[in-house]
Amino acid sequence: MLEGLLWCIATLLATGVAALALARRPRIATSLVYTLSLGVSLVGLLAAGAALLAPARFGGTLSLPVGVPWLGAHFELDALSAFFLVVINLGGAAASLFGLGYGRHEEAPGRVLPFFPAFLAGMNLVLIAADAFSFLFAWEFMSLSSWALVMAHHRRPGNAAAGYLYLLMASFGTLGLLLAFGLLAGPLGGYTFDAIRLVPPSAAVCAVVLVLALIGAGSKAGLVPLHVWLPLAHPAAPTHVSALMSGVMTKVAVYGFVRIVFDLLGPPAWWWGAVVPLLGGITAALGVLYALMQSDLKRLLAYSTVENIGIIFIGLGLSLAFEANGMTGAAALALTAALLHVFNHALFKSLLFFGAGAVLGATGERDMERLGGLIHRMPRTAFAFLVGAAAISALPPFNGFVSEWLTFQAILLSPALPQWLLKFLVPAVGALLALSAALAAACFVKAMGITFLGRPRTPAAAEARETDRCSQAAMLILAALCLLAGILPGYFIDALAPVIQTLTGTRLPRQDELDWLTIVPVAQSRSSYNGLLLFFFIALAAGLGAEVIHRFASSATRRAPPWDCGFPDPHPATQYTAGSISQPIRRVFGSVVFRAREEVDLPPPGDTRAARLRVRLHDVPWDVLYAPLTGLVGFVADRLNRLQFLTIRGYLTLVFGALVALLMVLTVWQ
Amino acid sequence: MILDALVQLCQMMVVLAFAPLLAGYVRKVKALLVGRQGPPILQPYRDLLRLLRKEVVLAHSASWVFRATPYLVFAATWVGAALVPTFATGLLFSYAADMIAIVALLGSARFMLALAGLDVGTSFGGIGSSREMMIASLAEPAMLMVVFTLSLLAGSTQLSSIAAYLQGPDVGLRVSLALALVALVMVAIAENARIPVDNPATHLELTMVHEAMILEYSGRHLALIEAASFVKLLLYVSVIGCVFAPWGIAAAGEGFAAYLTGLAFYLAKLAVAGLLLAVFETSIAKMRVFRVSDFLGAALMLGVLATLLRFVSRLT
Repeated sequence: MLEGLLWCIATLLATGVAALALARRPRIATSLVYTLSLGVSLVGLLAAGAALLAPARFGGTLSLPVGVPWLGAHFELDALSAFFLVVINLGGAAASLFGLGYGRHEEAPGRVLPFFPAFLAGMNLVLIAADAFSFLFAWEFMSLSSWALVMAHHRRPGNAAAGYLYLLMASFGTLGLLLAFGLLAGPLGGYTFDAIRLVPPSAAVCAVVLVLALIGAGSKAGLVPLHVWLPLAHPAAPTHVSALMSGVMTKVAVYGFVRIVFDLLGPPAWWWGAVVPLLGGITAALGVLYALMQSDLKRLLAYSTVENIGIIFIGLGLSLAFEANGMTGAAALALTAALLHVFNHALFKSLLFFGAGAVLGATGERDMERLGGLIHRMPRTAFAFLVGAAAISALPPFNGFVSEWLTFQAILLSPALPQWLLKFLVPAVGALLALSAALAAACFVKAMGITFLGRPRTPAAAEARETDRCSQAAMLILAALCLLAGILPGYFIDALAPVIQTLTGTRLPRQDELDWLTIVPVAQSRSSYNGLLLFFFIALAAGLGAEVIHRFASSATRRAPPWDCGFPDPHPATQYTAGSISQPIRRVFGSVVFRAREEVDLPPPGDTRAARLRVRLHDVPWDVLYAPLTGLVGFVADRLNRLQFLTIRGYLTLVFGALVALLMVLTVWQ
Repeated sequence: MILDALVQLCQMMVVLAFAPLLAGYVRKVKALLVGRQGPPILQPYRDLLRLLRKEVVLAHSASWVFRATPYLVFAATWVGAALVPTFATGLLFSYAADMIAIVALLGSARFMLALAGLDVGTSFGGIGSSREMMIASLAEPAMLMVVFTLSLLAGSTQLSSIAAYLQGPDVGLRVSLALALVALVMVAIAENARIPVDNPATHLELTMVHEAMILEYSGRHLALIEAASFVKLLLYVSVIGCVFAPWGIAAAGEGFAAYLTGLAFYLAKLAVAGLLLAVFETSIAKMRVFRVSDFLGAALMLGVLATLLRFVSRLT
């Protein structure tokens, strides 16, 4: 299977080159690139699925004599890689299918087509790399190809700055990973993952590597406070690429974290289980609050990715806390919850981005304040988006609820932890998780309600046309998968068992043998959930209600103007807007979290100019962390600028001084 | 097995049959407390029947979301209520959803209702949806904290297990239980749009929350939504009853007599809870919308405190 995956990657790269060759024939190139990407992703999905279900049979290792001469390139396909490969290739296949239709409207296909398959290839390569060099190479390849995609529409306002910030943060993250691998490899330079596993590092080194892994993977995944680039860069790319970046590439970052911390780093210390969930909880709550404040649909979705990454890291961190205390069963539960959320989030975030892309394609608008009423013009897109919105808001019977439910169950096992700090911290993290789940529902009521419901706010929205068949198919397939993973979670939990087994040494009880496909993650607590029955009951109760009503009640229906307490106003501006619907939440949380200020400018009587309400929100991590940093860099650069205008004498003195200083250091050192 | 299925079926019918009664009873007691005669207790049934006979007036801009929502809201609420032990534990399908899932089911109902509020595109629908989601964003975490506290005590999030544990001998009075009760009552008041958070009887635009959201509904749709809100009130009273006053609930397979006693106890609990609710509602003034966050923030903090106390006082 590993050879097959490498062939897939090679095909993807070749497709990218072919797209370059076909730059003059954009229509053919579009069909070719997306069809081939779709096919290769499906093949990769099958191979990875087989390797996930039977890692012993289909997994394996491989080394190729390329790359660094004394190291070569090592590849490995184990259960963990296989699971993430499933996620990546599923997302990749969906994005390619969507791209088959959506890519036709692309204004600069030459800037997208070569990099799209390269991006997919890079992500696949990260997951099978089994030495530090190949890993970092693939990681950088993935970052750069996605950067090229972010810069596809570089003339649009803001995109160039977003790309610059992305490049900066990606380099910073890679620096963290580079140092982490350097520390892990030790003085002997055992850069293959096998060699790293053989020599467990000391506790101090472990601590530093954890921090570096959090920086490296966290900056790619969007952990607060390293999230600043994400809501700018993800929406800047073409929408199917945004879906890949948000739904899939962040998962590669999660993979990097899991690989380093769970696999290479050896047994965890208990305080890791305090740091990681706390970061996750803060990320989840802040991410969703930011998302609520947005009126740009794609940016809202990008911020919601930050929230979901937080939820995933809560699960990962809890797993570390349990593992450090030898509670392997609980660790398995928390890790299952995190990985299931990885899968679920890839499904519904891709779906939601596709919906945003369909809206963008149909109206040319991303700003929700200029949309509305699209459900009448784009019924299938609206339906799929509704399913995605319900799934991401963790509503039963969809899949988002299952992973959040499992995370809650893991939190409920934490009183058995011996450390007092964890005893206080974990319930607080639970409260943050509950808060972010509830706020996510508010956020997606806003996204769905303002964009698709109500009356059209602009002529563009009023004349929207339903999107093409390929895009519809991509969305409806993902929506069906969201429901399927929600009502049959047992199978998905069982499929994760090999991964959990290799990382924690144990697994959850088998779920597929229970009656009625119920899931019972912890046998002794008897807490159970059955999405299938719940779905069935809701359908039954709704059907029963409808049947009774249509038999016995009046079925007369009359269309009329809206009632609106007697004063309906036909102008669409009288509806609630994206800004006004989140105003109560902004008032409750905003003054603390965003230091929000509202300024009302009311003209005096007799003055006919319009009154204005201005809201100022502060991005606190930016103000506290990044603004001083950029200020410092600018200050230092200003001072150093003088060095460019020295005389030749001055330069010679400088060189001499540097030489003397270095020699001094060397003397003191020895 | 068949008996269990019968009990489950009875439970579904009981919640549906008694929900309007509870609402009518609370209205009657409230009217009596302020010195009015009030409508008869059976008035909610008549209201529902009258609404069912009327035609539906749909706004031109209403979509299928608006038409499907009443059925979904009613179904989700009813299923939720059918899984809360009222007169007997050991419901056949109680394993389908634990307490977290029941909270989330109500969340699904609210999600659809908030969308329906936005569907027609009126200012009142928007105001209702926006405020409802603000209230929910605080009430739901508070509710989940209460669930945490209870399940830490009972070792399970399953309502029947919690009820069975609290009926047992080793409970006693606990500070965290008291805090959880207060938080749960506050959440129940907010979730059911009762005074002081919202006023179920108002149509004054500044104060409407839930009523504003469903302002465009009429006829059979309105009947379903009204029925769902009656069932939701009953659901919260049942949860409080089965957790904090678990007396008289029949265990699985205890026989017909035990079920009848359980039913009698349940009706008594409804009567007491309705009385307390009416007294509370008449003795307090409705608060401003932006004070609601203080009210529910307090509930959330109480819930967190209760959970923390449980975490800390656990010895193993």
